[in-house]
Amino acid sequence: MKILWELFITFFKIGAFTFGGGYAMLPLIQQEVCDNKHWIKEEEIVDVIALSQSVPGAIAVNASTFIGYKISGIKGALVATLGTVLPSFLIILSLAGLLLKFAGNEIVEKAFSGIRAMVMALILAAVFKMGKSSIKDYRTLTIAVISFVFLLLFDLHPIVAIIFGGLAGVIIYNKFILLKDKEGCN
Amino acid sequence: MVYWQFFLSFFKIGLFSYGGGFAMIPLIQKEIESHNWLTAHEFVNIIAVSEATPGPVAINSATFVGFKTAGFWGAFVSTLGVCLPSLIIVLILARIVDKFIDHPVVKGMLYGIRPVVISLVLLAAVFVAQTVLFTEQGVLGVDWISVIIVCLGFLGVMKYKLHPILLIFIAGVSGILFY
Repeated sequence: MKILWELFITFFKIGAFTFGGGYAMLPLIQQEVCDNKHWIKEEEIVDVIALSQSVPGAIAVNASTFIGYKISGIKGALVATLGTVLPSFLIILSLAGLLLKFAGNEIVEKAFSGIRAMVMALILAAVFKMGKSSIKDYRTLTIAVISFVFLLLFDLHPIVAIIFGGLAGVIIYNKFILLKDKEGCN
Repeated sequence: MVYWQFFLSFFKIGLFSYGGGFAMIPLIQKEIESHNWLTAHEFVNIIAVSEATPGPVAINSATFVGFKTAGFWGAFVSTLGVCLPSLIIVLILARIVDKFIDHPVVKGMLYGIRPVVISLVLLAAVFVAQTVLFTEQGVLGVDWISVIIVCLGFLGVMKYKLHPILLIFIAGVSGILFY
């Protein structure tokens, strides 16, 4: 029971302070779920993102469902998703009219200019933190660089990039790393 | 019966949109137009508010559209509809992944997918940078206030381990003071 409540509170906090969609959520998830609670490891977060990106739906909902399931099964998944969704739901319902009035307000715009810049810093920091656990050797670095170039310059679809990464990973891992591990045992 | 229609429309949106909230906006627009739920002007306003309020854009806009068109229960069924496909699909997948996580093929896949995910997140940062770092009024076309916030924020997280929520507050206040 206690873990479910903690899950709910954690994801409620994440939902309430995420500005600008799914990726902006990552730094918060990382801080709360990995660094503070130690529920899952950094590289598992990366797996969660891969999966969230590969299935339809909002990334935030996918990610919280997946993390909730990992921590506490189906109940965990439901509670984490509810936590993520509830702040949005409540804020929109209670402030809908007011928000429409303030949409173009100068002070609000100024605050958001600052927040947007911070969101960029947070996402960049997430890249570096997660990069440490995911890019371990020159092979994974090569995969990262090649996929980045194709995504940026040739507009490659994220799912296609993930599929190619998976294929390359299976080949490299089974050809080089598994063999090496076996030799290392002798 | 309008509730059932809302639920179906948003279930469809949740089921067929890949790549998160922003990819959903055209789909939401199509559903709204085909049912004449809102005018184009109202829709643009709702998207602006959805982006400026905390939480996933997909959830914000589903709640808002449902609320505007059919009150509380409209908001409830649209939000439920947009989340349900994710919940079902992810739960099924999570069980499969759990079972095969130690299989060498799955291990290999993750070995290759992880660096791709890092590129994807870096790409997201690059897209945000395009709107954040450049402005027509600034010296050399660069928004120097944003550059400073980005640098200090990055340092704050990596070196001083400040909490992201604290940093977002500071950035909001700095925005009001310095812009």
